[in-house]
Amino acid sequence: MANKHPDSRPVQPPAQPDTGGKRIDQPTGTETVGHEWDGIEELDTPMPRWWLCTLYATIVWGIVYVILYPAWPLLEKGTEGVLGWTSRGQLAEEMSLADQAQTSFREELSRIPIERLPDNSALMAQAVAGGRAAFKVNCVQCHGSGAAGSKGYPNLNDDDWLWGGDLKAIEYTLAHGIRQPGDDETRMSIMPAFDGVFEPAQREALVSHVLSLSGKGRSNSMGAQLYDENCVICHGPNGEGDRSLGAPQLNDAIWLYGSSRAEITRQILDPRMGMMPKWEHRLDPVTIKMLAAYAHSLGGGEDFVEVAEDPAVPVDEQP
Amino acid sequence: MNNPEGPTTADKPVVEDGIPKTNRPVSSAVAEPDATTHRHEPHEPPRQHLPEKLYEKSETVHNKRIDGPFRRFKWFVMLVTLGIYYITPWLRWDRGPYAPDQAVLVDIANRRFYMFGIEIWPHEFYFVAGLLIMAGIGLFLVTSAVGRAWCGYACPQTVWTDLFQHIDRFVDGDRNARIRLDKAQWSPAKIARRGFKWSIYLVIAFLTGGAWILYFADAPTLVREFFAGEAPLVAYITVAILTMTTFTLGGFMREQVCIYMCPWPRIQSAMLDEKSLIVTYKDWRGEPRGSVKKAKKEPEKFGDCIDCLQCVAVCPTGIDIREGPQVGCITCALCIDACDKVMADIGRPRGLIDYATLEDCEREAAGEEPKPVWRTLLRPRTLVYFGVWGAIGLAMLFALGVRSHTELSASPDRNPPFMLMSDGSIRNSFTLKLRNMESRPREMEIAIEGLPGAVMWTDTIRREDAAPTQTIDVGPDQTRSVRAYVMVPAGTPATDFAFNLTSLDAQGEQDTAEARFTAPGDQS
Repeated sequence: MANKHPDSRPVQPPAQPDTGGKRIDQPTGTETVGHEWDGIEELDTPMPRWWLCTLYATIVWGIVYVILYPAWPLLEKGTEGVLGWTSRGQLAEEMSLADQAQTSFREELSRIPIERLPDNSALMAQAVAGGRAAFKVNCVQCHGSGAAGSKGYPNLNDDDWLWGGDLKAIEYTLAHGIRQPGDDETRMSIMPAFDGVFEPAQREALVSHVLSLSGKGRSNSMGAQLYDENCVICHGPNGEGDRSLGAPQLNDAIWLYGSSRAEITRQILDPRMGMMPKWEHRLDPVTIKMLAAYAHSLGGGEDFVEVAEDPAVPVDEQP
Repeated sequence: MNNPEGPTTADKPVVEDGIPKTNRPVSSAVAEPDATTHRHEPHEPPRQHLPEKLYEKSETVHNKRIDGPFRRFKWFVMLVTLGIYYITPWLRWDRGPYAPDQAVLVDIANRRFYMFGIEIWPHEFYFVAGLLIMAGIGLFLVTSAVGRAWCGYACPQTVWTDLFQHIDRFVDGDRNARIRLDKAQWSPAKIARRGFKWSIYLVIAFLTGGAWILYFADAPTLVREFFAGEAPLVAYITVAILTMTTFTLGGFMREQVCIYMCPWPRIQSAMLDEKSLIVTYKDWRGEPRGSVKKAKKEPEKFGDCIDCLQCVAVCPTGIDIREGPQVGCITCALCIDACDKVMADIGRPRGLIDYATLEDCEREAAGEEPKPVWRTLLRPRTLVYFGVWGAIGLAMLFALGVRSHTELSASPDRNPPFMLMSDGSIRNSFTLKLRNMESRPREMEIAIEGLPGAVMWTDTIRREDAAPTQTIDVGPDQTRSVRAYVMVPAGTPATDFAFNLTSLDAQGEQDTAEARFTAPGDQS
């Protein structure tokens, strides 16, 4: 105990050997804890009782928490806690809740025919958003994260479609794939290989003619004749292509395998043909619908056209 | 906890070696009669804490009823602040059919902050930040000018503590009755009284927590839903938490919050100086203390303070102001009221305890004329705070006045950056955001500037209708996101251009978003 007498106030109290450096601070009348750093001392002010109680409450809380929740890391795995809570379990629960929250939307989407989807703009927007997420998981491997494709993998943003660019056609392509073995309904076509069929001069003439269709090459009579004999049945007299056969348009600016002479030559002699997997059994119909809506929304989507039985009858254009 | 003194001696100072030791402040007159002559030297009474004690039991403050100008001012401030708090959510403000009609509404779900005629969007949050900065500098300003006036009058903790202390007085009687009841054994009567009092606490606490949530949703609807059990869970949780905090902090913690929990007193003690207006005991006038009788006998020997302890009795934080400025003093000035009353009763001049600066105290002690109070307000520090505070306010008002209710932003698709179309033309895609901050639907026109031959269509406008200018409807109070496709003929090089937005109404507000058209071979 540090002692002092009132009459000795202005003077430091005499050093007490057993106080361990503790002294009474004059202005506050409180004892110091006995440490001193560069003249700075700490007052040993007692804390309020409720504060101490708070400290004990946190300790109790900590013990309870350790019992209830996973806490201590051990060699193999940590303590599990009696509640059995895990962050993975919580994630699974939240995901299933999110799935449940989507139920009504998915039901509505599964009921509506895809060609009617644009009528319901709110549903369409939701479908596009869902399709964007599904695209990132299932499609970016070939078509790229921006759906811009690459050589041999079609760009889905542009207005050139091999098999049709309306919602229904896209949905069909997604469901059945292209050249998918084992699916009778898959989109199937084969570009014949013309290796060994043409003389070199004929070949050059044909390539020039093909390029001329899009204004990039010089048309010539030999090439035109060869084109008429071999190509026109699928690609059309002016290279307009045929979507029912998946025959590419040759008179536009978009070339899946390149537009140089060498690349076109290669495609005539030894054609490469892309293959798209069918998704019918891997993804549910609603996800396929959402993917179709997303691909359609990228900027090249076409309006759905009801194909009449008789081509002479004018068609109804759907919004 | 081992308390060597035991409960019976807790209130009496333990005298050891002639020094009274207690965990409570003792009147300096009792402790050190000679200390009064050294006002500005450290001469506080020895309040030694017994080192064996690990903690200090908080003592309930039973402050006495007092009337006087400061008490009446405190009533007035309490009425105004509580009124503002409880009534504001019920004020209505007509904003037309598309916006809520609550005058003050923090609409977190729809990300809008309504305050009478002002509507703040999330991107304008700097207005809220500015308000908070103004509130902070406002506190500095108030502290610099009138000391801890915020603590003494307007702080919610003070207002609610005051309210709860009035409840104490209403239920249990004044100071002495409350002390008696506190010490009394638990009996049915005491239980009933305490139960009654705490029920009132709970009702007030519930109303406090209940009013808080009304700022975040339409008040009448929310009240109906709340009592019908249909309100969102978060509303009930918020009310429960705030009820409990009000009940605990206002009903029981009270001055402990100010002394131990609140950071503001610490900041303020750093901001106060000898020029700050604080509640001060003028000890050169008061000391040495002596009763009226003694002073009559030897008038020259005693000061004005008769040690009646009224200033301590009325103090809501239970301190003795005569020990000088201290962190526990919230400068509510109730001790001034109490002392003035006593001085009037015994026929001595008022102001033994008074609002004064320490500098003035010295001047007065030396026999000079004290400065008038308004002079203490005009000092450079206060004026600088006021200047900064006012400048921020004016800048915000200006920004609020000139802000546009129409805005356009354009963000280009980066992947892919451009798109070759089948006819060879090049297309870029942009996400345009058209903001309409008016509470009515508006038509807006978007035009492409600086990109010859460009046409535009959107996700809702068909490609057949592509044109250099498009008109888009934007709903009330809405940001509409539009995917815009801009297409130029083959061979157009990469170019900087702009989207111009014009609102097609009387206001004709405009905005421009700059963009770059990317083409094959663009190196930038």
